[in-house]
Amino acid sequence: MVEKRREWTLNAVLAIALFAVPLAALWLDEPFYITLATRVAILALAGVGLNIALGLGGMVSFGHAAYFGIGGYVAGILAHHAFSGQPLFLGLSGSNQMLVIWAVAMAISALAALVIGALSLRTSGIFFIMITLAFAQMIFYFALSWPAYGGEDGLPIFLRNQFPGLNTMRGWEMFVLSYAVLMLALALFAMLRGARFGAALMAIRQNPARAAAVGISPFGIKLTAFVISGMITGLAGAMMAELTRFVSPAMMTWQMSGELIVIIILGGVGRLFGPVAGAGILVAFEVLFGGLTEHWQFFLGLVLLGVVLFARGGLIGLLAGRERHG
Amino acid sequence: MADPVLRLEGVSKSFAALRAVQDVSLSLAPGEIHALIGPNGAGKSTLMALVSGALAPDAGRIVFRGQDVTRLSVAQRARMGLGRSFQVSSLIPEYSARRNVMLALQARQGHSWRFFHPVSRDRSLMDPAREILRRVGLSGRASVPSAELSHGERRLLEIALALALQPAAFLLDEPMAGMGTEGTRQLTGFLDGLRAEAPILLVEHDMDAVFALADRISVLAGGRVIASGTVAEIRADADVRRAYLGEEEGA
Ligand SMILES: Nc1ncnc2c1ncn2[C@@H]1O[C@H](COP(=O)(O)OP(=O)(O)OP(=O)(O)O)[C@@H](O)[C@H]1O
Ligand SMILES: [Mg+2]
Repeated sequence: MVEKRREWTLNAVLAIALFAVPLAALWLDEPFYITLATRVAILALAGVGLNIALGLGGMVSFGHAAYFGIGGYVAGILAHHAFSGQPLFLGLSGSNQMLVIWAVAMAISALAALVIGALSLRTSGIFFIMITLAFAQMIFYFALSWPAYGGEDGLPIFLRNQFPGLNTMRGWEMFVLSYAVLMLALALFAMLRGARFGAALMAIRQNPARAAAVGISPFGIKLTAFVISGMITGLAGAMMAELTRFVSPAMMTWQMSGELIVIIILGGVGRLFGPVAGAGILVAFEVLFGGLTEHWQFFLGLVLLGVVLFARGGLIGLLAGRERHG
Repeated sequence: MADPVLRLEGVSKSFAALRAVQDVSLSLAPGEIHALIGPNGAGKSTLMALVSGALAPDAGRIVFRGQDVTRLSVAQRARMGLGRSFQVSSLIPEYSARRNVMLALQARQGHSWRFFHPVSRDRSLMDPAREILRRVGLSGRASVPSAELSHGERRLLEIALALALQPAAFLLDEPMAGMGTEGTRQLTGFLDGLRAEAPILLVEHDMDAVFALADRISVLAGGRVIASGTVAEIRADADVRRAYLGEEEGA
């Protein structure tokens, strides 16, 4: 399988590049690029989450910013209470431990995805897109109008939370942490895709009638995928909040949901390293053209149009060919 | 006669004003091939969809293996042992022939809830898949995506998927469609042997195949069973001839 080997090579190149760029920046003492690479890693992580629902399961969620934002707010709120010393509720206190925060962020975004998925997965096509958008907008307006945690002004995280053995205030260490989590998520994605669960999920995307005819009920499989998907995007949200040390309703806008979809499409829908390639392209555009013109998103739109019209497999598909399931 | 594996009791289905299936009762006994014939638009595929669960009947009951399955989903009925092939091949396009069969096998084994063990190294899927592809004569095409298979190969893969379910009854909707003379002859021989594994409800337009295979034939026209009997009886039936000459019954 020539295509398969080529895809692995490409994946290795992307993984190494994402590590090498900030490493070089560390040497040259250019912290800006370390932050940038961390941003790419975290956006890619959010994309890996969406790629499970959209890429493997064909569920075009236009509301994944909800989980991204929920993860962010969990980090912000727990850190806020840890900082102020005020209990959260029921006597529970906040936390400044990333591991605790991540666990809570994943649990709550999984719960949100479970509820939203259970209600949305009865529909499909454009209705599914619309209903996931509607739920995300509800959560967005809730955050906007919730004064306890900053409302539309958002909520700062004064001190980055802690991770055992690391100094997370150092840009490089924050990057390594984000990179490691991204790699773990990619390993999880690859495992799910190769296992029976993934085989069922991808079959349901391609031909639900056939999947049912051999005895696979689509709903449970899709809902499980949707929950795992929301959970990973939620984790990415918590990490993004750490990176920017700030959460606000902006994390939950429909533009953010769109950005996550754009990442997947640019990189290659359903491809393992699609989100990494997509996040890299998105951030590169932001940096290269964001400085020149306010309208950098216009150019991004042109590229997106080109991908949709001429390179349906995104960057990975363009360079490594179609995906094969031997 | 032994208890039927499958029994339809007064099953009806309408699409708006069109009565596609009207008050159909029939049964499928162990070891038999029950052929369902009739002109285009007679309601044969609709009836198959009702049996498989893809459509819900407006009236009537479907009993499979002694259990009323009228309200069960397609997937539930498949897991109970209904192995179906589609009139128009319906496969997983990006999956190879082997992967298609493995999907049916994993469903048959009852669990898609394995998240880590790779299917490509799962002997309990790979080995039986190889055997099934060999049986239908697709061994040489195992790793070709089903979308790239020829029409005839896709028809065979449809049969392979039904086989993989080790069903208690086969529902085959025009398995011979577009298979050519040689393909039809081979498939006829194959289905002849298959009835020993499980009875077959067979929709087929190829009359040579039907007359060679069927233990019983039911003739559907305008959604109704207008005749039912042995090959000899159906050959002699005047109503059947009329139906095939296109004089629609009751329409
Ligand atoms: N989903 C549907 N909605 C509306 N009408 C339908 C639907 N499915 C089938 N029909 C109509 O019901 C009638 C029976 O169709 P069906 O496909 O069951 O016929 P058939 O006997 O399988 O014909 P053929 O031999 O051409 O396959 C036809 O008039 C068809 O147009
Ligand atoms: Mg038909």
